[in-house]
Amino acid sequence: MKIELSEVSRWYGNVVAVNDVTMTISAGVTGLLGPNGAGKSTLLHMMAGFLAPSNGTVTLNGSPVWKNHRVYRDIGLVPEREGVYGFLTGWQFVLSAARLHGLSDPEEAARKALATVEMEEPKDRRVETYSKGMRQRVKVAAALVHDPAVLLLDEPFNGMDPRQRLHLMDLIRGMGAAGKTILFSSHILEEVERVAQHIEVLVAGRHAASGNFREIRRLMTDRPHLFMIRSSDDRKLAAALVRDASTGGITLRPDSLEVQATEFRRFATLLPQVAREEGVRLHQISPADEDLESVFSYLINRSGA
Amino acid sequence: MNAVVAGITYRALLGRRRIILLLLLPLALIGLAVLLRIFDGDDQATTVTLMQTFAISTMLPLLGLIAGTGVIAPEIDDGTIIHLMSKPISRPVIALTKFVVAVTLLAVFAALPTYVAAWILVGNEDNIAAGFAVGSLAAGVAYAAVFLLLGVVTRHAVTIGILYALVWESLVGNLITGARTYSIQRWGQAIADQISTSAFFESDVSLSFAVPALIVVTIAAVLYAGRRLRAFSLTGDE
Repeated sequence: MKIELSEVSRWYGNVVAVNDVTMTISAGVTGLLGPNGAGKSTLLHMMAGFLAPSNGTVTLNGSPVWKNHRVYRDIGLVPEREGVYGFLTGWQFVLSAARLHGLSDPEEAARKALATVEMEEPKDRRVETYSKGMRQRVKVAAALVHDPAVLLLDEPFNGMDPRQRLHLMDLIRGMGAAGKTILFSSHILEEVERVAQHIEVLVAGRHAASGNFREIRRLMTDRPHLFMIRSSDDRKLAAALVRDASTGGITLRPDSLEVQATEFRRFATLLPQVAREEGVRLHQISPADEDLESVFSYLINRSGA
Repeated sequence: MNAVVAGITYRALLGRRRIILLLLLPLALIGLAVLLRIFDGDDQATTVTLMQTFAISTMLPLLGLIAGTGVIAPEIDDGTIIHLMSKPISRPVIALTKFVVAVTLLAVFAALPTYVAAWILVGNEDNIAAGFAVGSLAAGVAYAAVFLLLGVVTRHAVTIGILYALVWESLVGNLITGARTYSIQRWGQAIADQISTSAFFESDVSLSFAVPALIVVTIAAVLYAGRRLRAFSLTGDE
């Protein structure tokens, strides 16, 4: 099964949350990566039939998702908000999902789903007594109870401890390998890298990049990097570096140099070489823009160009 | 109707402390009836006054508000409604189920105590008890539909509901005769008046207006609530 988004935009008044996104989510695990506020949830809500696109279409195997409750036979949704009835036990919550789906053996389906997320032991406790990670797992169990072909998860690893996170990652990878169409959103690159075969990057509502994690990594590695360098003679080093094409720009600070490297790999070999030739001792080299925000802002500028 | 949706809704409304909200007013009504009975206020005029001023014009709209908005608004607020709506069940069926739950709650917590209170005072004399119980139920059905719709369309359902029930129906309805025609509780009283033969009670809205009005308002509100749920959107999480 595949979800297709065609020229999808969503705006609220004058604010554009999602801007002209076209993408296809096919079998396997897709990670929807982007910083907070990029429009990931908005996009996911449109895929899940919980938001109408202002423009464009969202379809599941050709059928529109919006105002079509039949799609939920094939979709399992794990929303980001808690959305779990605190007064029900985990068992009652998952069983109610099985019954709402009209399954022929709801008890068996609920048992299986709870076993999949390793929640059999606390299943008879009320959901309000659960930790955030346990609630998350019970939500995943409820979304899986009808064995859907498509699973949509909004920031599923939030609030989980490392062990639970690894377990859910394994689970998602396994389901992806079994041919299910899975999409999950995250703002953490490492998370997405570990689980997703395919990554869609969303920045400021725009579809900034698409590819497998190697391609996305390369894109991020090949971008211009900003380095802060301290050396025995900053001025001499700057003069030597600026002669090479891999150096984009240099700012001389009172106690350091800020160097924009346009070609990361070449610069990485150039710097020690130049330092040795010029007899300059390097005291410190640190990346000044390694945070994800700057990676994203590079991607958005690149996609806008 | 969907039994699972109904079951969850009943549990949400009747579980723990929320049931106290539903019990307070009917217990007060029955308590008042018992006190009047003890202190010899058990005549038809007093009974009709108690039914008109407390049972049908104070207790019923407030319980209607608690039940009508309570079956859906808290779930929309905390996002739990997604659990029901991300299933292959048509949204109008969800709205209809919630409406039926609210009506049954009003039958138990409003119409039944209304009958009991009137019966404590005057027994089955002139069908006062039956009249007000049926009138309460009929108006309760319309209140359930209107307040359910309010719960779906606005996050300020309770405030707007209180303004409607207390300001429009009670205050404006008491001061301006024309406003009474457009008041759910007056429609209920028209039905009560039809069933009761008491000389102490006369409705100022005709039955020929009240019954169609109750039916039209109820059906329109439930249908519209279903339509609005179909277009339910999750927004502003980011």
